[in-house]
Amino acid sequence: MTKYEIVIGLETHVELATDSKIFCSCGGHSSANEPNDCVCPACCGMPGMLPVTNKKVVELAMRAGLLLNCNINRYATFDKKSYYYPDLPCSYQITQWFHPICTNGSVEIKTKNGTRTIGIKQIHMEEDAGKLVHDDWTDTSLVDFNRTSVPLIEIVSKPDFRSSDDVLAYLENLKAMLRFAGVSECEEGAMRCDVNVSIRPEGSTELGVRTEIKNMSSLASIERAIKYETARHIDALERQTEVLVQETRRWDDIKNRTFSMRNKETAADYRYFPDPNLMPIVIDDEWLDSVKASMPASAAQKAEEYKGYGIADKDVEMLTAERNLCDLLDSVIARGCNPKDSVAWILTDCAGILRKNGQIMRNLNISGKKLARIITMVGKNEITRAAGKKVLAAVIEKDVDVDEFCRENSLNAQTDQSAILAVVTRVLDSNAAAVQDYLGGKQKAFGALVGGCMRELKGNGDPATIRSLLEQELEKRR
Amino acid sequence: MKHYITEINPNGTIAVDDTILVKEYETTAGSKILEGFVPLFSAEAVERLINAGYEISGKTNVGEFGLDLLGEFSNSGAVCDGEYLVGAAADLIAKGEIKGALSVDLNGAPRRAAAISGIDFIKPTYGTVSRYGVIPCACSGEQIGVSASNADGLKELLSVIAGHDDKDGTSLPAEKYEYSLDENVSGMKIAVIRELYDKASDGVRAGIDSFKEKLTAVGAQVEEITFSLVEAAQTAWQIALAAETCNNVSRYEGVKFGYRTPNYKNIDELYVNSRTEGMNFLSKAAILYGSDVLSKGRYNYCYDKTLKIRRVVHDAVKAVFSEYDAILAPACGETAYVPYDIKDAFSRVFAESIFTAVPNLTGIPALVTNGVQLMADVYRESVLLSIAKSAEGRE
Repeated sequence: MTKYEIVIGLETHVELATDSKIFCSCGGHSSANEPNDCVCPACCGMPGMLPVTNKKVVELAMRAGLLLNCNINRYATFDKKSYYYPDLPCSYQITQWFHPICTNGSVEIKTKNGTRTIGIKQIHMEEDAGKLVHDDWTDTSLVDFNRTSVPLIEIVSKPDFRSSDDVLAYLENLKAMLRFAGVSECEEGAMRCDVNVSIRPEGSTELGVRTEIKNMSSLASIERAIKYETARHIDALERQTEVLVQETRRWDDIKNRTFSMRNKETAADYRYFPDPNLMPIVIDDEWLDSVKASMPASAAQKAEEYKGYGIADKDVEMLTAERNLCDLLDSVIARGCNPKDSVAWILTDCAGILRKNGQIMRNLNISGKKLARIITMVGKNEITRAAGKKVLAAVIEKDVDVDEFCRENSLNAQTDQSAILAVVTRVLDSNAAAVQDYLGGKQKAFGALVGGCMRELKGNGDPATIRSLLEQELEKRR
Repeated sequence: MKHYITEINPNGTIAVDDTILVKEYETTAGSKILEGFVPLFSAEAVERLINAGYEISGKTNVGEFGLDLLGEFSNSGAVCDGEYLVGAAADLIAKGEIKGALSVDLNGAPRRAAAISGIDFIKPTYGTVSRYGVIPCACSGEQIGVSASNADGLKELLSVIAGHDDKDGTSLPAEKYEYSLDENVSGMKIAVIRELYDKASDGVRAGIDSFKEKLTAVGAQVEEITFSLVEAAQTAWQIALAAETCNNVSRYEGVKFGYRTPNYKNIDELYVNSRTEGMNFLSKAAILYGSDVLSKGRYNYCYDKTLKIRRVVHDAVKAVFSEYDAILAPACGETAYVPYDIKDAFSRVFAESIFTAVPNLTGIPALVTNGVQLMADVYRESVLLSIAKSAEGRE
């Protein structure tokens, strides 16, 4: 049997992390509770409304281009793509057809077989469409425009993948990079792929007949769909089970196979033309430089930096998996906290509190200023570490003010010598047995006496002061 | 015969064409397909007039999407004065019933209407008046303009509505424009385009001749020039207009707003029948023409070439204005129009557009007064207003 090589290209749609939609000021659809909550006359396509470009979208697209080593084109257009579908309010989608914003890039991926380079043909911006909800009970279709005009970039790869492993490595990498750079939240469903699959006899340089599997969002399904399609293509060539045609197919996750989509949709003539309502985007040096300057450091750069502080590799890996953790750590270090100490607070204490609340590290949302204040107070013995943890939990859960919370809950460590001395004297008086044990040489009894004092002080006594006063008073009783 | 598609206020002094949105009043663009569409907001120009204290009399009759000669193919029927067609808003102004009107100039209809009714109309420089709230057809060249009985009226209304609007991405940056009626017309150089003069009827030519005399009488220097690109400009604008219209009206398919056919069994029939029943023959011709020039095999030959011609005409117009202050040309080919069959509309409109296409294609301002058309370089509305003012009261 001939050995075949699989050739795959990907078109990946990524939802951008902006506060508003691409051409109007509606908030992101993630804040919507009900269908059609996040809509305005503009994104509903009402006659008379005009699109106005959200600058942040252009900047995030440029950022994606820089991450993927693309040329950032100095002249880009928004173009209209016409087709009829009930989830498309204007019966056209605004996309980039003639002059996309980024072209000709590349990205490295690590696979079992080593490092490979995947070419990027282009990145373009476009608006998302709405969503149709089919109600079988009443045999109707309902339209939800919340997602309409949500900004997307489409990253078009060159046909450089040779296996589903390549594809998965690329997508995982892309997701991590885009999320870390703040281009996309990359949450569930925010990244969708069209997978172009063909096969050819090994050694051949010509491309075989290509089929496109539309709208895939789960990595597991992508992997299975590629395996299915590859097998179908090989069967067609080897055993003439069918004649391959260039077409668009849909993956059915339950039946575990692809189906041909009606040809009507793919044969459409989209009648692209430049949108006269949106001026071409002209990117000058100043704008490009400012976007470059605002690029956050990559995960790899952050890892280097953290290793320089002597932070353990395992911790560095955990920190650099999430942008918010790096931002938090950078912020507390900038406020003068010790890096290693701060890492413990983040990866142990914060993580513990989140875990208890059923959350993951990505959900950590605490101001660096507040965490730094807690770390500093503990460092200066203004509160005990135990008290620090209590404040931290209150900050994470209710975003309380650190100083106010300490005051209201009497967490400030008592360093007042006379107050502590009074407690020490009281504890020694009421624990005669333990005093005798200690004076008789049982060191263990000392710990019990410290504990007694701490209990009396509701955990807020400065341990060092307690110890020294205890030692001093015990000596007096010898 | 209805001047108003929707009446708003009998004491109002300003009419708004039905291609421009007025909040809470049905706006149909003269088309059945938009029957029942009530906008949630007013056009920026309307908002500015209302804020300045003007009252809106109603929504004046327009041809479906403003595509025809004078409004004759409105879903509400044509407006006539005797046996002749007139524009609804222009006729109301001519009869002294209102002070002024807002109209969308996308293929010259309000310019023709002003010329026929003997009132004044100005289509200002593209981008100086917000298009927010204009039922869109030909976004790259359509523009709200104002009509009034004289140049003072034009200046007054235009000063209110012009200026930057964040809601329109093509709106030019200046917050306000100062217009003048007092520029010195004596010594101005004015060019008459021979190709357009020759195309017009005897009656129209006589109008041009007498306006030339008025200009000469106030000391302007009038010369004839050739401008061989008029036909290229005409074709280019008809291609752009049809392409953009085809795309813009594709949102009317019976699903979201306006008319929905009662006759459908599935989504395809819903689309096809709603559009078939909801639009007139002229719109359908424009849609087909527009689809054709944008289609895969034709784009480079038709639409892309149009964009190039637009640039060439733009440069040629600039060259004329480096030598002349204004252009004098017919606003239309005839002095009067009678109703005609809609099957002829596409070719009739196409033919007439030779007189009006250049300002739409290039964005320059155009003013109609005394039945003739004047054009000037971008931002030079004051030249046009001053010429119109200086010709007033001269027989």
